[in-house]
Amino acid sequence: MTEQSFPPVEEQERVEEQAANTAQPRTGAWSRIGEVRNLGLVGVLIVLITIGGISQPDSFLTRNNLVTVLTQASAIGVITVGMTFVIIGGGIDLSVGSLMGLASVWATTQATQSMGTWAVIGVALLVGVGFGTINGVLIAYGGLVPFIATLAMLATAVGLAQKISNKQTQILNSAAINKLATNKIFGVPPLVWMFAGVAIVGWVVLNRTTYGRRTLALGGNPEAARLAGLNTRLHTVSLYALSGLCAGISAIMIASQTTSGSSTNGDGYELDAIAAVIIGGTLLAGGAGTLVGSVLGVLVFTTISNLLIQNNLQTEVQNIVTGVIIVLAVLLQRRSKEVRS
Amino acid sequence: MLGIVKDFPGVRALDGVDLEVRAGEVHCLVGQNGAGKSTFIKVLAGAHQPDAGSIRWNGEEVRFSSPLAALRHGVATIYQELDLVDGLSVAENIYLGHEVSAGGFTRRGTVRDYAEALLARLGHSEIPTTREVGRLSAAGKQIVSIARALSYDAQVIVMDEPSAVLAHDEVTNLFRVIRDLTDDGVAVVYISHRLDEVRQIGDRVTVLKDGHTVATALPARTVTTREIVTLMTGRDIEFPFPPRPQAASGARTEVLRVDGLSRHGEFENVSFSVAAGEIVGIAGLVGSGRSELLETVYGARRPSAGSVSFLGKRLRAGALPHAVATGMGLAPEERKSQALFMRESIATNMTAASLSRYSRFSFLNRRRELADANKLVRSLDLRPNDARRRVVTLSGGNQQKVVVGRWLMHGCRLLLLDEPTRGVDVGARAELYAIVRQLADSGVAVLLVSSEVPEVLGLADRVLVLRDGRIVHESPAQELDESGVLDLVMEGSAV
Repeated sequence: MTEQSFPPVEEQERVEEQAANTAQPRTGAWSRIGEVRNLGLVGVLIVLITIGGISQPDSFLTRNNLVTVLTQASAIGVITVGMTFVIIGGGIDLSVGSLMGLASVWATTQATQSMGTWAVIGVALLVGVGFGTINGVLIAYGGLVPFIATLAMLATAVGLAQKISNKQTQILNSAAINKLATNKIFGVPPLVWMFAGVAIVGWVVLNRTTYGRRTLALGGNPEAARLAGLNTRLHTVSLYALSGLCAGISAIMIASQTTSGSSTNGDGYELDAIAAVIIGGTLLAGGAGTLVGSVLGVLVFTTISNLLIQNNLQTEVQNIVTGVIIVLAVLLQRRSKEVRS
Repeated sequence: MLGIVKDFPGVRALDGVDLEVRAGEVHCLVGQNGAGKSTFIKVLAGAHQPDAGSIRWNGEEVRFSSPLAALRHGVATIYQELDLVDGLSVAENIYLGHEVSAGGFTRRGTVRDYAEALLARLGHSEIPTTREVGRLSAAGKQIVSIARALSYDAQVIVMDEPSAVLAHDEVTNLFRVIRDLTDDGVAVVYISHRLDEVRQIGDRVTVLKDGHTVATALPARTVTTREIVTLMTGRDIEFPFPPRPQAASGARTEVLRVDGLSRHGEFENVSFSVAAGEIVGIAGLVGSGRSELLETVYGARRPSAGSVSFLGKRLRAGALPHAVATGMGLAPEERKSQALFMRESIATNMTAASLSRYSRFSFLNRRRELADANKLVRSLDLRPNDARRRVVTLSGGNQQKVVVGRWLMHGCRLLLLDEPTRGVDVGARAELYAIVRQLADSGVAVLLVSSEVPEVLGLADRVLVLRDGRIVHESPAQELDESGVLDLVMEGSAV
């Protein structure tokens, strides 16, 4: 007949919260650093760099190599920022990699290039936003599951890119765009600054604006968001358009790196981006996540592949290591979630 | 079952319930919402363990440690939300959990034969055993559930409001099935809100009120509605309702007008209005279309006919964001799944509908947001009184205050409340009532839906009674009493 015989979960949580609250003085800045998952990723990154420094003391910790790592992280980093928004909003976008390919091809056709650099940039961004919007409309108004809608877009965009380019690699003639990869500003290529810029803007939007707040609400509880008066359909469309925009920016970046547009540009990037978002601590179910985590996730993956290349390990090994890291990260995530509740 | 007691923290859900069921009888269980019927059924089904009391089975004391144990003893329960798997066939559903198999392979032929025999026994051999359950009607699903109960060789079948989802002739058919079962010596415990059904099918009646048995073994065929209603009402716990203001002099501005609103299969031709400063309560059973009506007014569902005018302007159907922007707010029925962002803070939840007020060029002013939320937390006496706390850590009553707080912050002109005190403890209830009355006094129009009749009568100024999707009565709250409303809600003869 005791009252404790059937404590509902809520009750337990409340008790624990109160217990945690007695130790309150330590909250504030310290508890926010204690976004434990990100701290873990920083730890992983430090470990990786240490391993690199020890195993390849001559080449890994050189300025050149670190710049290479950052440059490699840039294009994928930008689409990861868009992906973070989509996943926090409760969706997924499998089409970003192929949209990158399509945007790079469309932007480097002779017709586009003949109109100059701004046309190349404009077309890449428009293709990204346009096809992203189609994704969003199919999902929000057509009622398609995000996985299916964007999977269909993946196939369609690859096909379209192949058709436009005749499966040929198109050379990018714009010197200005090519310089994004070759120039240096404060020691790093403009590409890296673009990534940094997109990440910072993304962080501000996610954490400091109504748009970010609404994205979290939509992913956390779509029905509650709708009943609170949020135009959830429009917001969903905007999320996929945003992801498409990031794919467009990324297409320019990869075109600059390879000095070409090709339907194979960005091939498989969607999975790398999703992996980075997930190990960055964003819930695949939506409603919670951090951009800092996603950026760290991208850096971890890029560093690993760089390390493996430096140590002359094959891409097969890279793939295996990537798989293992995703599993470990998600297990860790679940653990830390259990600890919290 | 004797003296069954079940405690939940802070609430004694069952406080001495007795029930004796004889072989071959239909024993009806009635009681208001919150009387403890559902909890009692769960104890009977082995889903909850009683904290005191005993269950005797054929004279021997037994413990139903799990639903399976209850089933093995021969007690099968058919819940309101039928627990069938839509994607599986009829035969597979009937034998779900005790598949007939040989060496790990299901013996589909045998299962089909058994299932056909069971359906034939129920007089429903026309249901194909290979059909997917998802494609059956509600009545068909119910028959499958009963067949499943029989497949366990059940001696007692508990049915929780089986008629709620059925049309009239389907109910007649269900009763025929029940009679066949009782003729075979199976006992049926029948839970229903409809007293006419109780009289029609029942042998004996047990009445629950506030978690205990107030009458048992009444003869079902001769007992009067008045008698049962009297037993069900007159609660022990009186909630302190805030006083109504003196009847407002002169006409108050009409805030909401609903005209001929209909939605197929949910409600029909509903018309009413709500004035500024007025609380209008809608009483009705679960399934009478209350929540659907509220959500349609709000724009979350599209009506099939009729119109909603808010502040003198006709609202476009399904234009929810517009309704909110012009000053409507809804505290929905399911707090957790429909209203709250459980991972987020109290402040975030409170400002969810008025974000634009806390932003410039869409940049959030989080300091002002938190300050205002904290102000509201104090004025609502929310505990803990820190708006940074996550709502998942709050009790039901405090969570509900957060939901109401969202619309206070938004400054709405019309507040729609759906079951505002479900799962809320007594103390917080009184506070919520006071908050709602205060809101109304400040000029907000309130439309309240509740399955607890005393709540509607105590809080509302005017009461609408909804039955089977139609308004069957409308009058000032003072002119009605609990048994009068229950009569209207359950019987329908008093129209």
